[in-house]
Amino acid sequence: MVELGKYAGTVLGAYGVTIALLLGLVWMTLRQGAKMRRRLEEQERRMGRNG
Amino acid sequence: MSIWEYANPKKFMQTSSWALPWVTGLAVLTLLTGLVWGFFFTPDDFRQGSTVKIIFIHVPSAMMAINCWAMMLVTSLVWLIRRHHVSVLAAKAAAPIGITMTLIALFTGAIWGQPMWGTWWAWDPRLTSFLILFLFYLGYIALWEAVDDPDTAADLTSVLCLVGSVFALLSRYAVLFWNQGLHQGASLSLDKEEHVADQFAHPLWLTMAGFVLLFVTLVLLRTRTEIRARRLRALEARERMA
Amino acid sequence: MLALLLRDLRLATRAGGGFGLSLAFFLIVTVLVPFGVGPEGGTLARIAPGILWVGALLSCLLSLDRIFALDREDGSLDLLATAPIPLEGVVAIKGLAHWLTTGLPLTLAAPVLGVLLNLPQSGFLWLTLSLLFGTPALSVIGTFGAALTVGLKRGGLLLSLLVLPLYIPTLIFGAEAAKRGAEGLATATPLLMLAGITAGTVAILPFAAAAAIRVNLR
Repeated sequence: MVELGKYAGTVLGAYGVTIALLLGLVWMTLRQGAKMRRRLEEQERRMGRNG
Repeated sequence: MSIWEYANPKKFMQTSSWALPWVTGLAVLTLLTGLVWGFFFTPDDFRQGSTVKIIFIHVPSAMMAINCWAMMLVTSLVWLIRRHHVSVLAAKAAAPIGITMTLIALFTGAIWGQPMWGTWWAWDPRLTSFLILFLFYLGYIALWEAVDDPDTAADLTSVLCLVGSVFALLSRYAVLFWNQGLHQGASLSLDKEEHVADQFAHPLWLTMAGFVLLFVTLVLLRTRTEIRARRLRALEARERMA
Repeated sequence: MLALLLRDLRLATRAGGGFGLSLAFFLIVTVLVPFGVGPEGGTLARIAPGILWVGALLSCLLSLDRIFALDREDGSLDLLATAPIPLEGVVAIKGLAHWLTTGLPLTLAAPVLGVLLNLPQSGFLWLTLSLLFGTPALSVIGTFGAALTVGLKRGGLLLSLLVLPLYIPTLIFGAEAAKRGAEGLATATPLLMLAGITAGTVAILPFAAAAAIRVNLR
């Protein structure tokens, strides 16, 4: 493990905040993408069936 | 083959679905390598101690916060001039990424500032400019959310983006006039004198490339979602008419 | 165009036109500040220029959504859009009317309220001048924001969110000029910058606002 000295909390905090925000963004993007894909497929299927 | 062919949503979907795995892989690879290199394999700075490692996320996110707005400005202009839907949807898709980058830059800056300057926040020109940039992102996203008709929303947000860009620049210089700051100058410039040392610069370049690639990946993903949303809306409208 | 200006002025000054409202708001904000920071004269004198500028800015914000909303409701905005005068001109006149009914009264009221905040003697002239130079920019920027949100049901809050960041440069130079004036320093630089911002916004923003209205009326 890398030696961070007396600033360990600072450095880890900064990386932690960054990673949390980025993961949140990626998760939001993927979830919205999956949801929209599902809704669109459903709609296309329904319209395909009804003419 | 001109770049405008990608303005066709179908062509964009095809190309982006082919490109996405590559860009994603490259983004993860560069970002991980850069961060691991920066976090585990760089020495401490003689003045800043280990906090210097924060540079590997602070600088790239700050850079992307500004570049993202620049990209939105260009795509908004393309929409206003050439009426390509993909262009303005890309701007819409980019805004939440930009605001996240701004937040990361602000938060890491605050955490870094605490031990270095003895304060979480100072009304320093650079910090203030980023706070203002954050407000511009907020307004832009809020306007998208508020307007129902997608084409109206696209036009209005694009005009706001243009006007906002002018005022953001103006604020930048107004803020410089208003207060002199604690923040250091440019971390990476061609002028060797104020350049960070090579051992920090190399992983920094890598993480900057990683942030750019991550941004591209997310913009592609989100633009695809927006295109699907637009198609879904059109289909639903057609169904109601039938 | 003159007819339009007179019509807007009459509408604004009529009962229920909201003419006195922003002035009253300005007064209340100014009266509240000493309760918040304490009655100590030195502190008040130091923050007076800034407080008065922020107060004027917020009071200006209050009346922005009226610029186009009423015309939109009764359909006269559609008529104005098809009128022989260009929409850019209409927008400029609307901004001017807003300034005459809001910015100018605020400018005139500010020195009086400055007494309440123990503004130093030397500050009165510069405060009034800076507001005189700066409030037109506030009105024009606000007209642009109102044009963006004219189609929305509850655009008021969004309007503030959009307009406030755009107000930052004006506020910085305006408050700086007033502050330097109060401290007896040279005020030429911020005043010139402020006048520059006003001139620039008056020249350019009516075009952006007219474009936004055309989009909203589509």
